[in-house]
Amino acid sequence: MLAQQLVNGILLGATYALFALGFTLMFGVLRVINLVYGFYFTAGAFFALWLTQDGWPLVAALPVAALAAGMVAVVIDSLLLTRLRRAHADELSSLMVTLGAVLALYAGMTAWLGPDIRRLPAGLVGAGALDLLGIRITVAQLLILAAAGVLVALLLWLVRGTKIGLGIRAMAENPDAASLMGIDTARLAALVSFVSGALAGAGGVLIGLNFNAIHPYMGEQMMLRGFVVVIAGGLGDIVGALIAGLLLGVIEVLTAGYIASSLKEAVGFLILVAVLWTRPRGLFGRAEIWRA
Amino acid sequence: MRRRIALAAALALAVAWPAHAAEPVPVGAVEILSGPNAAYGTAIKAGLDLALAAVNAKGVLGGRPIALTVEDSGGTKDGAINAARKLIGRDKVVALIGPTLSNEMFAVGPVANARGVPTIGTSTTAKGITDIGPFIFRTSLPEADVVPVTLKKAIARGVKTIALLYANDDAFSKSSFDTMQAAAAAAGLTILDVESFGSKDTDFSAQLTKIKSEKPDAVGIAALVEPTSGVLLQARQLGFGKETLFIGGNGANSPKLGQIAGAAADGLIVGSPWFAAKPDPSNTAFVAAFRDKYGKDPDQFAAQAYDTLLILAEAIDRAGAAEPTKIRDALLATDHTGPMGPFRFTDHRDPASTEGVVVLELEGGAFRIAE
Repeated sequence: MLAQQLVNGILLGATYALFALGFTLMFGVLRVINLVYGFYFTAGAFFALWLTQDGWPLVAALPVAALAAGMVAVVIDSLLLTRLRRAHADELSSLMVTLGAVLALYAGMTAWLGPDIRRLPAGLVGAGALDLLGIRITVAQLLILAAAGVLVALLLWLVRGTKIGLGIRAMAENPDAASLMGIDTARLAALVSFVSGALAGAGGVLIGLNFNAIHPYMGEQMMLRGFVVVIAGGLGDIVGALIAGLLLGVIEVLTAGYIASSLKEAVGFLILVAVLWTRPRGLFGRAEIWRA
Repeated sequence: MRRRIALAAALALAVAWPAHAAEPVPVGAVEILSGPNAAYGTAIKAGLDLALAAVNAKGVLGGRPIALTVEDSGGTKDGAINAARKLIGRDKVVALIGPTLSNEMFAVGPVANARGVPTIGTSTTAKGITDIGPFIFRTSLPEADVVPVTLKKAIARGVKTIALLYANDDAFSKSSFDTMQAAAAAAGLTILDVESFGSKDTDFSAQLTKIKSEKPDAVGIAALVEPTSGVLLQARQLGFGKETLFIGGNGANSPKLGQIAGAAADGLIVGSPWFAAKPDPSNTAFVAAFRDKYGKDPDQFAAQAYDTLLILAEAIDRAGAAEPTKIRDALLATDHTGPMGPFRFTDHRDPASTEGVVVLELEGGAFRIAE
């Protein structure tokens, strides 16, 4: 049972990490607590739902849904946040503005599409589970693991290994100075919105595929865990989010499996409190993206 | 001059209005129309609207229409209390229908009871609902009456051991679990394990892996339909097969289960106070009218809501006046036959009969009567 529980934990943790990646990027660079992030997650899942219902295969629907969610993010973020950024508003303002916006978006989407839970068409990925030495794992779960790994690598490459990444890090450190150095910060902010939204969208597709439940509020339900992962991992710390996500998943599963399932939720948030008490800059002490 | 005419007209209207025979009888409903549990409230509202059209075709108290105001609770206790206060204070309703969840009823019930407004839960199955006070009724059969019928079916199929899994953060699921646990013990089943989860969780793998290692004959799930679907989907991923009988609580009794969980839900059994394919004439008429109006099949929640508004309209007629206390007394004398079957209230304002309970089994994503 322990082996299966560890695998359960790693898979759950991978969904947390996948969800948190774009959130931590947005948080670390734009210094914006962007709660609309959960909506981009929902949007990605719905785009994939519509495309696959039209007969698209998953390999095509996944990237297109992610890109579409990224576009949605660019539009909504620029509407909501450009003004705040110009006014040098603090993090609390962005928190309140995006909180209001995301609640309006969820409610609007529910009014438009209804609250029903939808499923991606059956047979999109192999429905059966692979049985490896008594440990069961499904194709969707393998996809999530692979996607979490690949996206972390791509994101690290973008931030550390490209000129755009240099600009992003400069902007994270000091947006005004970056602007004076000739970096087009507005365009870069839009790019970060796009990447973050696309990551959220990809997460929405894969997590929707795994739990087979797509509905307007699905992003809201991931948001609290997302917060724990991003804060415990260190704001803007990409590798930190991956490790914190996996740790949270494994700890939750082991708590439920060996202590009491009623304590599963409590443990995640106790970890958050403990981390903030002892390591206020995150588990790995590398709080901002330029240390990523 | 013009002002004087307007004044006279207004006066005439004010004098004429109360005497008008068609003055509507205000009735309120508090249901979840937004948020993650809006599916229940939406089904209930559809049932109420359908019944309202039928009632208002001839009216109550000699031709007065019922004016039904449905307020959204958003699924929270606060939202439900605000909605009820608004209906009682602003709209002066003579009776309330709802709220949707037992959780909300425990918040709204005491308020409505103190104000002397008869309140009828159509979907509140938790223990203790009608203990709130003498103005609180329900038309939904408490789960304690339904679950033993389901377990009897399970035992007839050779089930001896059971593991229970429930959502520990809402009153509906917790009460469902308490009922299932008590009924399982009373029926002589061995309870191997009890696990819980949060009703918004999407991952149940840890709990299911633990249950699987204990090899129970049956797994009882006490939760709303969304998490129940999630549990079943993940149980199949983890290798639960036909050798394990899944038993649903009242939350599993929704066509949504098959829609969300698909083939993963096949084989689950659940007791139901109502079934769309029940062949009696008032039920077939209701199902046909519902399909006609909404283009889809009703669920149990719509049927219960439909019957409840008819029961209330009959009580208003018997009361002879649109007065809450008289309506409350008239409700106690209910003798109604509708889609739910024959219906009367006990002295404690709960449904009196369980003869209509059917055990259903999911097959190919749809319910049929279990053998």
